[in-house]
Amino acid sequence: MSKPHANVREGRSSRLIGVEALAILLALLFLSPFYFVLVNSVKSLGEILVDAASLPQKYLFENYSKVWDIIRFPRALWHSFEITAISVAGIVLVSSMAAYRIVRRPTRFNKALFFCFIASMTIPFQSVMLQLVRVTSLLELRGNLLGIVVCYLGFGLALSVVLFHGFIKGVPMEIEEAAVVDGCSPYGVFWRIVFPLLRPITVTVIILNTLWIWNDYLLPVLIIGSNKALTTIPLAVTRFFGQYTKQWDLALAGLAMSVTPIIVLFLLLQKHIVEGITSGSIKG
Amino acid sequence: MPKRNKNGEWLQQTVFVGPGLLAFAIIVLVPFLLGFYYSFTEWNGLDLDKAKWIGMDNLHRIFTDDDKFWRSFWFTIRFTAITVVLANVLAFLLALSLSRPLKSRNALRTIFFLPNVIGGILLGYIWQFIFTKGFKTIGELTGWPTFELPWLGTPQTGFWGLVIVFVWQTAGYMMVIYIAAMVGVPKDLTEAAVIDGAGYWQTVRKVTIPLIMPAVTVCLFLTTSNAFKMFDLNLSLTKGGPGTSTQSLAYNVYAEALVNNRYGLGTAKAMIFFILVSVIAITQVWLTKRKEVEA
Repeated sequence: MSKPHANVREGRSSRLIGVEALAILLALLFLSPFYFVLVNSVKSLGEILVDAASLPQKYLFENYSKVWDIIRFPRALWHSFEITAISVAGIVLVSSMAAYRIVRRPTRFNKALFFCFIASMTIPFQSVMLQLVRVTSLLELRGNLLGIVVCYLGFGLALSVVLFHGFIKGVPMEIEEAAVVDGCSPYGVFWRIVFPLLRPITVTVIILNTLWIWNDYLLPVLIIGSNKALTTIPLAVTRFFGQYTKQWDLALAGLAMSVTPIIVLFLLLQKHIVEGITSGSIKG
Repeated sequence: MPKRNKNGEWLQQTVFVGPGLLAFAIIVLVPFLLGFYYSFTEWNGLDLDKAKWIGMDNLHRIFTDDDKFWRSFWFTIRFTAITVVLANVLAFLLALSLSRPLKSRNALRTIFFLPNVIGGILLGYIWQFIFTKGFKTIGELTGWPTFELPWLGTPQTGFWGLVIVFVWQTAGYMMVIYIAAMVGVPKDLTEAAVIDGAGYWQTVRKVTIPLIMPAVTVCLFLTTSNAFKMFDLNLSLTKGGPGTSTQSLAYNVYAEALVNNRYGLGTAKAMIFFILVSVIAITQVWLTKRKEVEA
């Protein structure tokens, strides 16, 4: 290999190292808030106020056990899980079926409905929230699990139908026709043949809706309200902050445990989440 | 026989579309349409049933006698303009660096994306600590005056505090979209540009960016609409304060209704908010359509 060529190579790789060093530095900066939370979550309040940056002199793990009981963490975790899981399952079920019918039977009604779904995606939550409280109170959908699930169904449908719609358009009809000839009912065709083919977009729909519902705050506040039997993690943390202002030792322990479930989920399913978000945003 | 077929079609339509249509109608459509009615009423939180028709009074009041609403409007415009630029520039640079063959590439992508999976409420509380206690300690250690400002205590710094957290939260998401688009740029095109003597930045500007324009449009739209609708972060980081100086539009609507208990006025504001958001969305659709025609 000739010398100048080697030099070019070296120049390139040293530039790459420079880029890498810079990126790592920035990544550390990105992570620093988590460092502050973790380090201070095991300090006494006095120590936090004196020095919030260094490692604790004495590790106070009882911050965690205290706040675990105060915000009743297991209960909040369970409700977040319950509400998210049921709502997402409902959204997948209902929106895939609706999208399938809209693609396969593009009647004037179904086309208009699809247009309504798309148009409704621009409505901000704040523009319907007050009237929603009114309507859900009338229908006795406030303060119970069914109510919050129906709300998520209503708000989650539009994007999910659009995503399923885009995917189903590309599914060939021949397989379905063959199944019909073999005597399969229309419902059987959908469940046994079409739905399994929708797997990639189903993963996207699950991920986008899970991240949204898990972290959502204002809708549960309005719909669950004061019913403590349904408190989710964001509600529990907010309530805690209202009662224990400036008690940073407990607050940070509470925050650390509250962000853990979703971070663990993200690290486990990272590849799917990143792919899901990419395809969701390009098609949506 | 044909009659039975028709019945079957009806049944299928009901089974497949019915549940979705019902949920959508109850939760989105009816409340949305009711909004137009309630915008013209006086409706306080205690008497949900007794909304009194007052015609244009709410709109009149918003347009002539509501400084806070218009201040939150300008706040939101400034916030959106600045965060859209910062978040996208940062995301684009991150994507450029992380689509090169770096050793720690995958770990770095994970780290930059991480803030995004946590909701705005929790992030706001985390940063409340960073700005009030963390920055104070850093300021004492380094002596840099920037860190010793009362970050959440003045309108100016409160604004920038929200910008920092929003960019920190959003950049990773946009980075993922940019990376996906950059992966799709054919290698031979960039290599051809390099052989023709183009430098790195020239290649980026003349080859990469034009080829990833669809992703740029998507990211610009997503950040614009998210920034314009910012609420959770606003609630947990600054609570709109000090005073009402860092209230976003969404927060102003919320406060009018659920803090001041003026539901009618709140609804009127909410409908104006909806119209503003729609303008952004329609502009985006229009821009995308125009690009597609050109391409």
